[in-house]
Amino acid sequence: MTIAARAERAAQSITPEIVAEHGLSPDEYKRLVAALGREPGLTELGIFSVMWSEHCSYKSSKVWLKKLPTEGPQVIQGPGENAGIVDLGDGQAAVFKMESHNHPSYIEPYQGAATGVGGIMRDVFTMGARPIANMNALRFGAPDHPKTKHLVSGVVSGIGDYGNCMGVPTVGGETNFDPRYNDNILVNAMCVGLVDTGRIFKAAAKGVGHPVVYVGSKTGRDGIHGATMASAEFDDASAEKRPTVQVGDPFTEKLLLEACLELMEEDAIVAIQDMGAAGLTSSSVEMADKGGVGIELDLDLVPTREGGMTAYEMMLSESQERMLMILKPGSETIAERVFRKWELDFSVIGYTTDTRRLVVRHRGVIEADIPLAALAHAAPVYERAWVKPEPQARVAPEEVPAPNSLPGALECLIGSPHLCSRRWIWEQYDHMVMADTVQRPGGDAAVVRVHGTKKGLAISCDVTPRYCAADPHQGAKQAVAECWRNLTAAGANPLAITDCMNFGNPERPEIMGTFAGAVEGMAEACTALSFPVVSGNVSLYNETNGVSIPPTPSIGGIGLIPDISTMATIALKRPGDVLMLLGKEEGHLGQSLYMQAMLDRSFGAPPPVDLKAERRTGDLVRGLIRAGGVSAVHDVSDGGVLVAIAEMALAGGHGVALDAAPGPLPAHAVWFGEDQARYIVAAPPDKADAVREAAEAAQVPFRQLGTVGGDAVRLDGEPPLPLAVLRTAHEDWLPRFMAHG
Amino acid sequence: MKASVIVFPGSNCDRDAAVALEAASGLAPSMVWHGDSELPASDLIVLPGGFSYGDYLRSGAMAAHSPVMREVVARARGGTPVLGICNGFQVLTEAGLLPGVLMRNATLKFICRDVLLRVERNDTGFTRRYAQGEVVRFALANKDGGYFAEEATLDRLEGEGRIAFRYCDETGEISAAANPNGSRRNIAGLYNENGTVLGLMPHPERLADPALGGTDGAKMFLSLVETLH
Amino acid sequence: MKARITITLKPGVLDPQGKAIAGALHALGFDSVGDVRQGKYIEIEVAESDPSRARAEIERICEQLLANTIIENYAYELEAA
Repeated sequence: MTIAARAERAAQSITPEIVAEHGLSPDEYKRLVAALGREPGLTELGIFSVMWSEHCSYKSSKVWLKKLPTEGPQVIQGPGENAGIVDLGDGQAAVFKMESHNHPSYIEPYQGAATGVGGIMRDVFTMGARPIANMNALRFGAPDHPKTKHLVSGVVSGIGDYGNCMGVPTVGGETNFDPRYNDNILVNAMCVGLVDTGRIFKAAAKGVGHPVVYVGSKTGRDGIHGATMASAEFDDASAEKRPTVQVGDPFTEKLLLEACLELMEEDAIVAIQDMGAAGLTSSSVEMADKGGVGIELDLDLVPTREGGMTAYEMMLSESQERMLMILKPGSETIAERVFRKWELDFSVIGYTTDTRRLVVRHRGVIEADIPLAALAHAAPVYERAWVKPEPQARVAPEEVPAPNSLPGALECLIGSPHLCSRRWIWEQYDHMVMADTVQRPGGDAAVVRVHGTKKGLAISCDVTPRYCAADPHQGAKQAVAECWRNLTAAGANPLAITDCMNFGNPERPEIMGTFAGAVEGMAEACTALSFPVVSGNVSLYNETNGVSIPPTPSIGGIGLIPDISTMATIALKRPGDVLMLLGKEEGHLGQSLYMQAMLDRSFGAPPPVDLKAERRTGDLVRGLIRAGGVSAVHDVSDGGVLVAIAEMALAGGHGVALDAAPGPLPAHAVWFGEDQARYIVAAPPDKADAVREAAEAAQVPFRQLGTVGGDAVRLDGEPPLPLAVLRTAHEDWLPRFMAHG
Repeated sequence: MKASVIVFPGSNCDRDAAVALEAASGLAPSMVWHGDSELPASDLIVLPGGFSYGDYLRSGAMAAHSPVMREVVARARGGTPVLGICNGFQVLTEAGLLPGVLMRNATLKFICRDVLLRVERNDTGFTRRYAQGEVVRFALANKDGGYFAEEATLDRLEGEGRIAFRYCDETGEISAAANPNGSRRNIAGLYNENGTVLGLMPHPERLADPALGGTDGAKMFLSLVETLH
Repeated sequence: MKARITITLKPGVLDPQGKAIAGALHALGFDSVGDVRQGKYIEIEVAESDPSRARAEIERICEQLLANTIIENYAYELEAA
């Protein structure tokens, strides 16, 4: 019986309900039928549903993502491959990407987060790069929400267990608590790897008649329809979706990593891609499509761990720790030897063809026969309706009351869930394995040494969702700018970014408007700062019962430190050092953490971002660091200047004596305003004047803040706040919360 | 000094150990796959840290039965020095070269932070570059680091001077507060009867480079080079 | 035959996981819960139909790998596969 005849018979059982269950609208189904040239069989329907899902096709976001700058002299590979690649010089490159695993992590936090880490690491090592650092950006609901503690515990142990077992250091990240994530947490995992520029592996399966090889774990029924779940909102029935969460095995992934890197030293692999979302379907389709070839698979040859799996299940399974490779004919033996050594499954499951079609056979029957162009290029591209968000009014400093006590407000802020130490989290991550971590978690950026060299790679993840909620354009600009600042503050040349665009339901114009605004803000900042986007991920439908998360464009940036002996850290080093502020002070309190703490609500416009000032100030700071002219550097962000100073004091174990804030701005606006484009630097007294002169030459506003010394934060005219008290406040909140909730 | 570093499926601190060994001795060690039943002639055998077999069943339990371990045990019994770090220490206890067992940390969580250790004896090949009672900083990173043995065994080990390192505070005091994981008697590292096999949970190879924040670990590798030359 | 094996900590060996479970149960209001000990359950299929040979095999398996006899006990049941 021909596939067409079987499909026709099957089509009688493909009801509108079944189409809807597959996440396709009636219009999309019509489009599918037109692209295929007939009604699909069930397996074919499943294949289309995952390839046309939001997660795989970017149908709602594509038109906007095109606006992001993706090029630069340092860019070797922009978006479109498994990860982005940036030149580090001397024949080496950094491969990196960030990905979301939001919906699975809400349903099963441990496995959702673990498999998120597993997936992003595969995206990096599939390109030939050994992963050298992981980071993650986590957003949880309010601390007093009943699920939060359980989610934090599960996510952190999931990330830790997977990354630690892989032997890749998890060197930093971001964690926020906000009630708007109560029912939709965010878990964004980032991985950075190192590759020789001459040994980069891509996904394009060029060449006809080449063997298609499956390696890694056996296929089971995990995660079937994970891609469509990622593209759907939650409702109250979501708890029943638990069986669709994939379960990870980091031990197998470690074996897979070593086996792949070992085989990559030979001349055997034409193309390779990991099986991530939509598993065997997306990898085979994308590889063949990029190579301009067709692909035929015989599912009888797929290693399975459960009996009686159907073609549908095998094509849609999201079992973890599997890769698909196209080998040079004749290299199957050498490849199999490597994978058997590492005790992994290895099976030739098909061949590339010249038909430009995906043909899937199972038990002698053709279960799918689809033109690749239909899967890879015929998905709808939506220009969804969008409305520009209402601008918020700028908040005058007088609108937010002064605190009873400035030191009291500092102690309160630094002990709050927003600013407290995340040590409870990062001490569960092995951040030292691979013996190249030269700057550990807790600073502006993590820094890992490029193994065997003097170079360092600075890495940071940033976004301030409350700013984005108030003004997506300014907020997204700020996210890029803050990432750029954090890398600069460590002494790095920012090179490029990856992003995770976490948003609500794009079918709602107000949500689409925030996406549009965020992309435009990012584009503006990336262009002005020469900080292109080389990879990224979009996660939409982060909503429950119609309530959306704040727009959260997570930015993951990397930068290069040419010589780690000129790396800067936030810790105050020596009593007597002079503390200075670089950058303009305007006392901006709108959407500040101070405002939230004082008034128990947030309003107003977020702090504006002046990209020219960012560049000017950052270049000044980097120059000072490289010249050895400063002993500590910290950028100013959440909480403002006084919080940043406190963080520097705690990191170094040295107090500070601060001059009173100069007028005319109210003191609390000076100390807690979140104006952008600012850094605090410390320098020995004999170098302080040079800093002032350099600032003047660069036209960067400068103010001397005080001196390092003593064992307290002493603000002129205020009672001293002992470091011991500050430290207790800083370190206390998170462990206490996790112990007691 | 010719060293061999054993690589099990899931080992991940093998390169770190090799880097530290090469820095101290000038010679890159042999990296020996667990599946090899033969072991090159070695002045020192290192069982590195990591998650051999994913730490499944019990940390180090399956690695202890690897083909290469038969030869490692034979060499150890013949007097070849063996250094087991973290997962390597776990393998040594499972293989019967050291008494006791490493259990889940008392906190039930993975712990990654620097720890202070007191050098209990400086008369072995591993510690001659340290001072007796010196307080050193090594890097802890594990979930199953709680050393356990029965009281009678612990008494005997102490009596025989086989405790290598104990968790301590900055003054060298062996206190409960200084114990990160519930190890009995704050034991961080242990010797065999002859002081030729050392197992320890904290990693010396991670703090053997000023760029990483400390070099106390380097002295262990230098001690070995000095002893074995 | 199929063996159902339970591995448990010897009495007197500290079980922090069991303790944590007991604490969580008390926090959930199960006041009648006393001591909690956590162990492992393993199922093994052996291609051996003679019960006494299978028993011997399972005991060797437990002694050599599944249980760390310093701190763990094992118990098992055998049934036809």
